[in-house]
Formats: sequence, structure tokens, C-alpha cells
Amino acid sequence: MPSKMIAGEDVELTDDGFFVHPEQWKEDMVPDLAKEEGIDTLTDQHWQVIHFMRKEYLEKGEGPTVRVLGKTSGVSVKELYQLFPKGPAKVAAKIAGIPKPIGCI
Amino acid sequence: MGEQIEKVSVVISKGSLDGIYPGLIMANGARAEGIEVNMFFTFFGLDAINKKRHEHIKMASVGNPGIHLATWLGGFPGVSSVMTKYMEKQMDKLDIPSLPEFVEMIADTGAGMYACKASVDLFGLDPSDFVDQVEAIITVGDFYEKAAGGQIIFT
Repeated sequence: MPSKMIAGEDVELTDDGFFVHPEQWKEDMVPDLAKEEGIDTLTDQHWQVIHFMRKEYLEKGEGPTVRVLGKTSGVSVKELYQLFPKGPAKVAAKIAGIPKPIGCI
Repeated sequence: MGEQIEKVSVVISKGSLDGIYPGLIMANGARAEGIEVNMFFTFFGLDAINKKRHEHIKMASVGNPGIHLATWLGGFPGVSSVMTKYMEKQMDKLDIPSLPEFVEMIADTGAGMYACKASVDLFGLDPSDFVDQVEAIITVGDFYEKAAGGQIIFT
């Protein structure tokens, strides 16, 4: 498994870039992780989604899909795709240091 | 990681519940992966974006071997409705959106929604018959232009 230096710490990632150990994640890694995903400026809404992903994962053991995000995060599906054009659930999960959300819808 | 799919164009050509959902799920799933998506509704697939019809899409209970029901039985009045209700209940349990809601959601993901001109002419429809998410009525040629450089999924 590839490991990578993020914000001065060595982090183990899956082949497609998700944290293997979500507990290695720290909030100050977020700007670097976001840049990797092509997001240079983090807005309040980005943070809202990232914190929501993290919270859901810690409570339920898995991250929410786009459908669930759109219904429960307070950010609409349309806005989610504006914030994370490369796939909101997938990209926000990477930045929030949690595994890729599972689900087809 | 190997080569990735950058763009898909999904054609919806059937008007039954079981004919429409798979294409919607493929399209929505593609957007979730960051893949660019266009949707092209043709023939009876137009019912999925038809304001008067999209809330009344039914399961095909006749000529559908997948449901393991004798065709003569599937043709009884009400069988299709009962099966549709059952399927909708199952989908609701899994939080799969209703058809109108799903179409709206897929448009919100940024997918392009298009109606096929030949079918629109054939059925005597016009733009006011379609949900607001439909961007344009386009020809097959326009569709191939939009689909250029990507994969095409026909359903």
C-alpha cells in the first residue's frame, strides 16, 4: 500500500487514494488533501460537507452516498457537485480521511 | 490504476419501470464517480421525462420472463399495478428515489438531459410536455456529437 507525507505526517493510503486508517486523519491535512483533488480554495460549505462525512463515518461506520448527503447534510445535490465536481461523496471522503462510501444510488 | 472512463452517454429507450431505472442508476452512479454524463430519452423512454406520465410508469407484467409469471396471468387487470406498487415499496426501503425525483436528482448532478427529436415528432409532443430538467430536443446526429469521445450505454 502506498504511503504519503501529508501535512508532515506519514499516512497510509489505498491504491485509489483513501485513508487505510481513518484515525490517522487530522483537520490540518484538509487543505493539502483538497489540493490533491483540485480544490484550491475551501469554502465554509466544503468544510460543512467534510465534517458531515467524518461525523457520519464515526457514527455509522461508513460514509454517506451523494443521495444521503443531499438529503441530510444541508447542502443540495446541485451544490454538492459544484463544490466537488469530481464526485461529492467520493472526493469528500478522500479529503475527510474515510473509506469510499458504498452504495449504488 | 488503469485507464478511466471520462464520459458516458446513456440512452433510455423503454417506457417500463424495469426498462428505465437501470439506465438512471448507471447515469447517477457515473456522476458519483466524477464521470461526465449525457442522457438521451428516445421512443417510449420519453415517458420518463413526460410531465403527464412520469409518475405513472409501470412494471412490465406481460412478456417479461424475468418476473416468472405466466403471460396470461400478467395480463389480468391490475397485475401490473400491484407489481409496480410492490417494486416501489421495495425501492423506497432501499432509499431509491421515485422516478420523477431520480430524474431531477440526476439533472442536479450536472448530467445533460435530452429528448430525441424523431420520437418527439412521432408522438406529436412538444417541449412543454417535458419536465424542466430537459435541456433540449436533439437529433441523433446531435446526440453522437455530444457522445463523442465517450462510451455509449443503450438501455
